[in-house]
Amino acid sequence: MTAFILRRSLQSVFVLFVMSLLVFIGVNLVGNPVDMLINPEADQAEIERVIRDLGLDRPVAEQYWFFLINAFQGDLGKSFVFGEPALKLIIQRMPATFELALFSLLLAIVFGIPLGIYAGLKPDSKISKTIMAGSILGFSMPTFWVGIILIMFFAVHLGWLPSTGRGELGTFLGVTSSIFTLDGLSHIFLPAFNLALFKLSSVIRLARAGTREIILQDYIKFARAKGLSETRVINVHLLKNILIPIVTVIGLEFGSLIAFSTVTETVFAWPGMGKLIIEAIYNLDRPIVVAYLMIIVFIFVTLNLIVDITYSVLDPRVRIKGEA
Amino acid sequence: MGLTKTTKLEEQIPASGLKKFWADYSESPLAVAALIIFLTILFIAIFAPFISPTNPYDLASVDIMNSRLPPGSEDFSGNLFVLGTDGAGRDMLSSIFYGLRVSLGVGAFSGLVALIFGAMMGLSAAYFGGRYETLVMRIVDIQLSFPSILMALVILAIFGKGVEKTIIALILVQWAYYARAARASALVEKNKEYVEAARCLALSDRRIILSHITPNCMAPLIVVGTLQTAHAISLEATLSFLGLGLPITEPSLGLLIGNGFEFMYSGDYWISIFPGIALLITIVSINLVGDHLRDIFNPRLQR
Repeated sequence: MTAFILRRSLQSVFVLFVMSLLVFIGVNLVGNPVDMLINPEADQAEIERVIRDLGLDRPVAEQYWFFLINAFQGDLGKSFVFGEPALKLIIQRMPATFELALFSLLLAIVFGIPLGIYAGLKPDSKISKTIMAGSILGFSMPTFWVGIILIMFFAVHLGWLPSTGRGELGTFLGVTSSIFTLDGLSHIFLPAFNLALFKLSSVIRLARAGTREIILQDYIKFARAKGLSETRVINVHLLKNILIPIVTVIGLEFGSLIAFSTVTETVFAWPGMGKLIIEAIYNLDRPIVVAYLMIIVFIFVTLNLIVDITYSVLDPRVRIKGEA
Repeated sequence: MGLTKTTKLEEQIPASGLKKFWADYSESPLAVAALIIFLTILFIAIFAPFISPTNPYDLASVDIMNSRLPPGSEDFSGNLFVLGTDGAGRDMLSSIFYGLRVSLGVGAFSGLVALIFGAMMGLSAAYFGGRYETLVMRIVDIQLSFPSILMALVILAIFGKGVEKTIIALILVQWAYYARAARASALVEKNKEYVEAARCLALSDRRIILSHITPNCMAPLIVVGTLQTAHAISLEATLSFLGLGLPITEPSLGLLIGNGFEFMYSGDYWISIFPGIALLITIVSINLVGDHLRDIFNPRLQR
């Protein structure tokens, strides 16, 4: 077990290292940041001073070496555009992104599970067919387009909900977030729903598939035979058992919510790290791009590691196969 | 397609491959409708220059005076703009036709290259096994653990925007899916007698892989290919919408939607919405065809 965790962790570190190398070398080959970042009216001395300050005159290998050493010390370079440490800028915006991702996850679960159970219990009813058709649409529709439609309908046409920014922030138990004020909630609803749509579709499908399978099991028949109410059978016996695969998939895919938030944040002008990275790619603000990618790779590798270890604890076959 | 039930009279006569396939396929009216819609879209995309009312990228025929006309308007010379015009006065219908051409072209081309490359990697991994297989599949695993949008963003952040770069990004994002599907089916095929027979004939590895194993692995690859192409079109649209994919000179549907986004707050919905509907119809129709193909080719569903 220990050997498995150790080897898996080493593998993760290796992935991180390879990704950092690829990202850094690649990003350093893009365009010429000098042209992008220095005022065209600056004189030669000024240009040279900025190049020296940014370390752009050093060989790429040396830049990477400094980058690696600095990364271990939590310093991933200064943003060319903001002149502040890249890591600090990203961490400042991380709460907004996490808040959005968590809220969409919540929406996906709260709406997805009941809809999925309903579709599983009455697979032939018209409502179930509508739900399933909706979930196919949810899979097919590009996130950014749904965002546009939501803005057009709820913000421009009906004027019910705001479509840009985070709104007023509230603090509760030391956590500052939009969801603690009414204004903030109204701001988060549209982007969160937009981000949730894809996950919502997969939760519906998982819940439906789980329900159809579990409803045939003996313990459900037994619970009914005991005379338990249908509500209790569904809320206790069924729900508990369909939750296992759903929770696994959701845990695994939390990272993809953060990745897709780049799109949603851009559409809704949500001041999170996803919007920051898109702008940084535009401006060739390399330290931000590198720092963001390193952070997101770190998040992914960690999530995968946790899921793998949890699996190996729950299911010894994974461990044995991994060691063979 | 293996076991044919012989309960119905007409099925007692073994139908030819294509006929049998069509008989299976046409069981679902929804899938047939999706196929017809998809073929129509394909027709529009291929013949866009001939069927568009105007050429939206011919500067001589575009008049800035016609900008942001609502759907159904006519200009002074009596030209009808069925779906309105965009901010530069281009006819939306024509823009969408040309946009479909770009979107489908980029999606299909990148899908095809990814299919060939991915399938070759997957088939050779399964065939040769050993360290080579471990290496290839490890790369596939690592790549598939990251969402495609993130991979594409990394690649475009590295290479910059442009047609070739977007295509490269889409290929690099997709090949792993094909490699995994190809390996899975090749692992089953490579132990069958016909491969053994081919080996006994001392045929080269290349020939065994290409002309013996590959044809038998096509069904799952076609299914993955259909669904992946829809995914690639959607991804390209997203990247172009973000302004990181195709350049303004090759306006795909995503770029059209992005262009219209800025006008939406002033209520000019049509500039964004109609290209979006075209994109949605394209993706949904391809997905429905792919879903049904998967059912047909799935041996577990009694076929």
